[in-house]
Amino acid sequence: MKELVVLSGKGGTGKTSIVGSLAALAEDKILADCDVDAADLHLLLEPVVRQKQEFWSGQVAVIDEEKCTQCGLCPELCHFEAIKDFRVDPVSCEGCGFCYHICPDEAITMKENLSGHWFISDTKYGPLVHARLGIAQENSGKLVALVRQQAREMAEKQGAACIISDGPPGIGCPVISSLSGASLALLVTEPTLSGIHDLERVLGVCRHFGVPALVCINKYDINEENSRRIEDYCLKQEVEVAARIPFDNIVTEAMVKGLPVVQYSDGPVSREIKLLWQNIAGRLSAN
Amino acid sequence: MIISVASGKGGTGKTLVATSLAFSLKSKQPVQLLDCDVEEPNDHIFLKPVITQKEAVCIQVPKVDEAKCTHCGLCAEVCAYNALAVLPDRVMVFPELCHGCGACSYLCPEKAISEEGRETGVVEWGQADGIDFVQGRINVGEAMAPPAIRQVRERANADGVVIIDVPPGTSCPVVEAIKGSHFCLLVTEPTPFGLNDLVLAVETVRELNIPLAVVLNRAGGEYTKVEEYCRKENIPILLTIPLDTEIARLYSRGVTLAEGMPETQEMFILLWDEIRKILDEGTGSLKR
Repeated sequence: MKELVVLSGKGGTGKTSIVGSLAALAEDKILADCDVDAADLHLLLEPVVRQKQEFWSGQVAVIDEEKCTQCGLCPELCHFEAIKDFRVDPVSCEGCGFCYHICPDEAITMKENLSGHWFISDTKYGPLVHARLGIAQENSGKLVALVRQQAREMAEKQGAACIISDGPPGIGCPVISSLSGASLALLVTEPTLSGIHDLERVLGVCRHFGVPALVCINKYDINEENSRRIEDYCLKQEVEVAARIPFDNIVTEAMVKGLPVVQYSDGPVSREIKLLWQNIAGRLSAN
Repeated sequence: MIISVASGKGGTGKTLVATSLAFSLKSKQPVQLLDCDVEEPNDHIFLKPVITQKEAVCIQVPKVDEAKCTHCGLCAEVCAYNALAVLPDRVMVFPELCHGCGACSYLCPEKAISEEGRETGVVEWGQADGIDFVQGRINVGEAMAPPAIRQVRERANADGVVIIDVPPGTSCPVVEAIKGSHFCLLVTEPTPFGLNDLVLAVETVRELNIPLAVVLNRAGGEYTKVEEYCRKENIPILLTIPLDTEIARLYSRGVTLAEGMPETQEMFILLWDEIRKILDEGTGSLKR
């Protein structure tokens, strides 16, 4: 069973629109939305939630005012400046438990934290595993790992050929969690200087974790000179540019209709994404 | 005065708004720009700062003196992140899991644990043609963004205007970048994705009790649900930037709007006046 993860470094380059279309094109797959703090894939796939589970992760310190003698040790030792006026700011608390261990009055307890929810849903394109991190919560990486684990279990049970996951922007914790151990990364970029800068960093992360990568230039015609720079860069890095998708407002139109663009139009964008999927499918079945 | 520029969804125009606001205000008053998108910092592309100083971002991770260690196991027991494993004859440290809380070294009964810095990124600062510029950047392969963001935030000089470019999303890096701001601008676009992520971002900023307003970028299509949502939630839309190929082209070349189209500077100065007015009147959309 193979796992494709779609990343970009820079946000807003078109990851989710492309994953929505791949979901419609690919057969015999499980879908996973690994962008757990700003998930959008469900807006294209209309999932019907079959299973909803709580995600408990990490702890938050709580001070019992009755027991606290305000000795001042915990605010002095907390490395995250989470204790002010002998109250714990749950947003700053990283749940390390240092204060709990050192409080001479045993006035601090560690409370389990409900950090979010995850779901298994049916879509007309196949099963989808997705999640929702609670507002201002930590541990997005762990929730991503959980989503991937569920997707893998499902894929194995159903004998699915592959998992297609929509990754988060950036290069940090949730990206690493989406990427490590995947079979192939599709990096969606755009021909802007920001897009190029961010592509270089996310490709670096793929290298770091030994995951082979393919590049797709989205809206390649908004700056063809920059698109050529991306091609040159990829050539030097020995990374294939697998698709050049033109800018077309049809993508936004399809999104407003709640449809993957390949289900909405037969135009140049859809044709390019179909070729892209053929390329990816070939790669996934080859190795 | 600290203004953070956030969005939920990536690619809606945070960097454009943050850099153009800084660019437009710099002739009026001292401006500092902090790029807290330490995973993918882009402001430097637009402002081309001359970096004059930098410092490493270091997390203090445990170093065990095996000569003193009795392998009692307490350090592994107290570590909430499983960054230490105590074997019968040695202690294994997994520095990339360590959050640097300091519990193990403080609690070790043999005083066998000291701390050593592990470099996870860099904070750089300098001048960008009249703008005081600071950015952070985590190393490729590094998971933890918050320590770098904290270190960028420490350089904020709240005497003047401080503009913070926030990473996308709604989780811990976003909170770390936004908290302590006086005002938050949420940049969105009129699409279903833009709206979905705006709603999440509004919840996050309200959780932090920071007054907020919206900037609507790439406006002009038929999709009006973002405006409807803002009206219903009583959130002011302080600036509307039209969908315009010329703006997109400037952006693609690394030129911020206020520089490439100087006539737009007035609009960013007005945005700033509106923010100040809201803060003076205390009418920011704090709670419904």
